[in-house]
Amino acid sequence: MAGDFLRISGVSKTYAAQDGSSVQALTAIDLGIREGEFVTVVGPSGCGKSTLLKILAGLLPRSSGEVTIGGRPLAGPNPALGVVFQAPVLLPWLTVLENVLVPAKVQKLDLSAARGRALELLAMAGLSGFENRYPSELSGGMQQRAGICRALVHDPAILLMDEPFGALDAMTRETMNEELQRIWRERRKTVLLVTHSIPEAIYLADRIVVMAPRPGHIVEVVEVDLPRPRTLEMQNTPEFGRYVSHLRGHFRAAGMLAA
Amino acid sequence: MTRRGFSPKGMLLPALMAVLVFGGWEAAVWLLSIPKIVLPPPSAIVVALVESLGSAEFHWHLLITLWEIIAGFALGSLGGLILGFIIALSPMAERLIYPYVVAFQTLPKVAVAPIIVIWFGYGLSSKIIITATIAFFPLLANTIMGLRAAPADQIEMLVSCTASRWQVFRMVRMMSALPYIFVGLDVAVVLSVIGAIVGEFVGAKAGLGFLLMQKNFNFDMAGTFAILVVLSLIGVVLHAIVQAVQRRVIFWMNTAGDRPVSL
Repeated sequence: MAGDFLRISGVSKTYAAQDGSSVQALTAIDLGIREGEFVTVVGPSGCGKSTLLKILAGLLPRSSGEVTIGGRPLAGPNPALGVVFQAPVLLPWLTVLENVLVPAKVQKLDLSAARGRALELLAMAGLSGFENRYPSELSGGMQQRAGICRALVHDPAILLMDEPFGALDAMTRETMNEELQRIWRERRKTVLLVTHSIPEAIYLADRIVVMAPRPGHIVEVVEVDLPRPRTLEMQNTPEFGRYVSHLRGHFRAAGMLAA
Repeated sequence: MTRRGFSPKGMLLPALMAVLVFGGWEAAVWLLSIPKIVLPPPSAIVVALVESLGSAEFHWHLLITLWEIIAGFALGSLGGLILGFIIALSPMAERLIYPYVVAFQTLPKVAVAPIIVIWFGYGLSSKIIITATIAFFPLLANTIMGLRAAPADQIEMLVSCTASRWQVFRMVRMMSALPYIFVGLDVAVVLSVIGAIVGEFVGAKAGLGFLLMQKNFNFDMAGTFAILVVLSLIGVVLHAIVQAVQRRVIFWMNTAGDRPVSL
């Protein structure tokens, strides 16, 4: 579609295996994402969802296809992107504030302005008072929130999230989902979030991209027609349940059942 | 990297051990009438040590050896550090230099020492250079290893926010190398004591190694043992200094583990 902000066309990825043969991880991925849209990607292990995200983040070269942001082709890492990883990946010798400022330093942005933005983001993420602490003094959930602040500090248009809450316990995870929805509503970023949790995918998404393995491809794109802001209680409604069973059907078809 | 606290309770067992060993030694020398030129009793060593520490001549030898250790350690570790950076940064330099560095390392430095004394004379410089050749390798090897030890996810994180190769090097690789560099410094500082003494054995006009040989020739066994005590004290103190600096510089490795459980 012409109105797409992030456009993925015909992207594929082939790895060369040790024995000289090649393994196809992704085949002909086509996907368009509108500005400000929240898209989640679900699929069983090995469906190439993390590979796709790494290609978008510029961390992995694609074998073929094209990616454009606002019409401009994407080649390599881009300041228009903010990336949140599965682990918080904070640098242990920097304070929380210094960690959040890393992208600003790398991109040589005006540091005093970035500092103000970082403090504002940390406050929004409930980390006020922890600015000068070191990562080892924070819990896993707090560290991941600092990681999200870091991905937002250079004010990127698009936020890429690779199973950001996969390492957290179920309770913390639900809280983080609520907070992410709030941050997204306040900041109006375009978000692409990869997850293996079906409820998480539904709770957060405007649209859900369902992927399947061997080789990684898109099976279906599901529009989520639930009102915003969404609440955790919504997960007990029959509407939510219908989405869950629909997605589970895909996982069963792929021979794998996830939570 | 274990840290042991010096609590009074923790000191009790080593102290008891010392009393047993030195008491037994003292008793054996008297009871078996071992000649002093074979094995001096601990009491005689203490007397020789106190005498030495009070003599200006001994201070002179001590200062010379200390200077050789510190200057050689500084020169060797700086050289190892710089070459380590060059090799880690340039694969070309690695192929060109590293095989020869390894070949040089397999050479016993004691065997090279006489050549260095001929080239640089009986003065301080030959001893400093012998010490430097010994301190060099631990720094080189650990610097190279450390600069390559940066976790892949930290590098990926920086690359994803458009960091250049140099920014990755400065912001992550150098910091990740620090713990390795300190391991190298710790090994090198202890080896430096050996280097200075070996150098003095081969050819010197002053220093604790020179003094030790002299006392040995004169069958002053108590004096020889007293110097050994001083040498081991130098090693212990230098090691403790490196450890103390390390704890201040790599502060983040000491706080890991005590995390609050709250969200």
